[in-house]
Amino acid sequence: MSSEPDEREGSSRRTVMKAAGATLGLAAFAKAVQPLTEFTDTLTREQFLQKHYKELDADEKQAVLARLEAEAKATHGVDVTIADPPPIEGVKFAFAINLSLCNGNGKCVEACHRENNHDRATNQSYIRVLELERGSLDLGSADSSYDHAVPAPGKAYLPVQCQQCDAPPCTDVCPVEATWKEKDGIVVVDYDWCIGCRYCEAACPYHARRFNWTKPEIPAAEINPNQSYLSNRIRPQGVVEKCTFCLHRTREGRLPACLEACPTGARVFGDMNDERSEIRWILANKRVFVLKEELGTKPSFFYFFDR
Amino acid sequence: MVPKVHDEHRVDHGASANPAVTPAYWVSYPRFLLRAARLATDGSFAFYAWMTLLSAVFLVGANAWAHQVAHGMITTHLTDHVSWGLYIANFTFAVGVAAGGVMMVIPAYLYKDHAMHGVVILGELLAVAAIVVCLAFVTVDIGRPDRIWHMLPFIGRFHFPMSMLTWDVLVLNGYLLLNLHICGYLLYTRFLGRTPNPKWYVPFVMISIVWAISIHTVTAFLYCGLGGRPFWNSALLAPRFLASAFVSGPAFLILTLAVLRRFGLSVPDQPVATLVKIVRVTILVNLLMLGSELFTEFYAGGSHTASARYLFVGLDGHTELVPWIWTAIAANVVAAVLFLVPALSSSRFVLVGCVLAFAATWIEKGMGLVVPGFIPSTLHEIVVYAPSVTEWKVTAGIWAFGLMVYTVALKVALPILSGAERVQTDAERSLAAD
Repeated sequence: MSSEPDEREGSSRRTVMKAAGATLGLAAFAKAVQPLTEFTDTLTREQFLQKHYKELDADEKQAVLARLEAEAKATHGVDVTIADPPPIEGVKFAFAINLSLCNGNGKCVEACHRENNHDRATNQSYIRVLELERGSLDLGSADSSYDHAVPAPGKAYLPVQCQQCDAPPCTDVCPVEATWKEKDGIVVVDYDWCIGCRYCEAACPYHARRFNWTKPEIPAAEINPNQSYLSNRIRPQGVVEKCTFCLHRTREGRLPACLEACPTGARVFGDMNDERSEIRWILANKRVFVLKEELGTKPSFFYFFDR
Repeated sequence: MVPKVHDEHRVDHGASANPAVTPAYWVSYPRFLLRAARLATDGSFAFYAWMTLLSAVFLVGANAWAHQVAHGMITTHLTDHVSWGLYIANFTFAVGVAAGGVMMVIPAYLYKDHAMHGVVILGELLAVAAIVVCLAFVTVDIGRPDRIWHMLPFIGRFHFPMSMLTWDVLVLNGYLLLNLHICGYLLYTRFLGRTPNPKWYVPFVMISIVWAISIHTVTAFLYCGLGGRPFWNSALLAPRFLASAFVSGPAFLILTLAVLRRFGLSVPDQPVATLVKIVRVTILVNLLMLGSELFTEFYAGGSHTASARYLFVGLDGHTELVPWIWTAIAANVVAAVLFLVPALSSSRFVLVGCVLAFAATWIEKGMGLVVPGFIPSTLHEIVVYAPSVTEWKVTAGIWAFGLMVYTVALKVALPILSGAERVQTDAERSLAAD
């Protein structure tokens, strides 16, 4: 800015240096963030712009489901059907576990793993079975990684999964409404809307939520092709998922996979609004409790002992 | 980073400049931006070396983040048990630094401290840089940065007012805008050689004081609103966040003033003395709250104190964070002594105290707050966590970026504020062209 000729020369040299520096800096930045293209190359325009589940009209939803089926075919080489069964009018689902019968065999954990197309490498499942000392319900002394014959002497078992709370803290905290409670009581996640902040994971008092730390890997032959949008379709990387009471089965009159797999008959599933249901009979006739009742989350998941 | 504050020639011109003949806004504002760009990129060898170093660290961080996005957050050591870690720890700490800047604004504007008024922009620019750091840490923590638009009000589905995270988005961005407006307005009017019109910035300054309290309160509410995490579910959390913020923010500003003085800028003693007085109070309040927390956790006992036991004494043989938290407490106590004992209040001891207090707050409100909230888990399982190399690289990169923002901001602001950099009137321009 000075009128002195030598300074002007100096400043033009400086401008050249600055331009060179800026170019070099930008090139280095472009190189540094280049791995992003591995991600963006797999991201289509339709995926990026997809609307929230509740904002899709019937046609748009059909298009999304068809696209997801095509994507499953392209990435895993498997023909899958991705349905979107709505809640059954007037039904409110609930679960109960007979802790006198549960012997910690873990078949429910495995069945969930297969049914819900969980990542094979991490052996993911929505269910954890805690091994407790008999005479205490103190979770502090529980162990979920036991590996021995069951039932072990002096031990009791407590399977824990999403409690489908009537006052769910996880849905309150979500900043984008990617998770909500459906009319039939099931708390669901729109995997295509979740931003992966994991605030819900911090808010859940039952360790019910899981995050996809990487893209789930499942061998084609092991993929369960009977899928739904809000439950067991293969999840994208970087989003949260959870137990949905197998809504792709239960909304069509079938039982959850964990229940079917249980060899002890400890699991009871049913409609809270049906007075003649087994679950209502248990609530009326057994001494039932819920986990962490003091938190006011109002679980739809009950535990009881019957001897 | 040395601003040219004593350019006599320029100052003379400025003094004689008649505001009536300064160019129209549409001419002078681009010139202002152009001058800012020049100030931001012109400097001594030390300035270029500093910026190159920061750029290098930033690029390492950017590269690590790009890998994280491509391959998933498996590249971090976070798990479903400890689902927030180093990123959210640094986010929380940086919110405190941003809020701490207000400890210059309050004396300058509420107590009409003229000496502080001269340097208050340091605090306001610190708020800007620290908020940029906060937003960056939140962005790198989310699994799907491509979906960040889902959070935009009206365009996405902004879960307001239910989700505290949406409140945090509003208060953090609001605080950023407030400070950008205040700094931008003051600098532009100084550039034009005019006296700033209080109507256009004093109300915003007053709002920003309340807003500074709100950003750290809302950030505390993110944690203490979770009933399933007893370690965080405490009414003391927000007040304690503020107390420690008013240690770390002023400590950083005292250090910044010392660095500027080192580079030849004339910094009056009084603002430093005021900041030292503030830290003397806040550091004690913070320690008092720590004592209160320790008593409540350990006297009664019970399973709700498992996280506190993990942090302070170890749980079931797991003692990963114990040395860290006691280092932080020791550093805080030593810093308090350095600040409070009159014989030690020479500037060198105070600077050591600032470094100690800043580092202590980083540990205590960072990893010391976030990680124990997840250990033991809600089903009382203990899964430990230590950040991965990716997490450290990204974290270093973001702090380097924040320092770049702060350096450039000071580099532009200080000479303009001192009147050394001023718009040229048309007459001056034609003179200069001859």
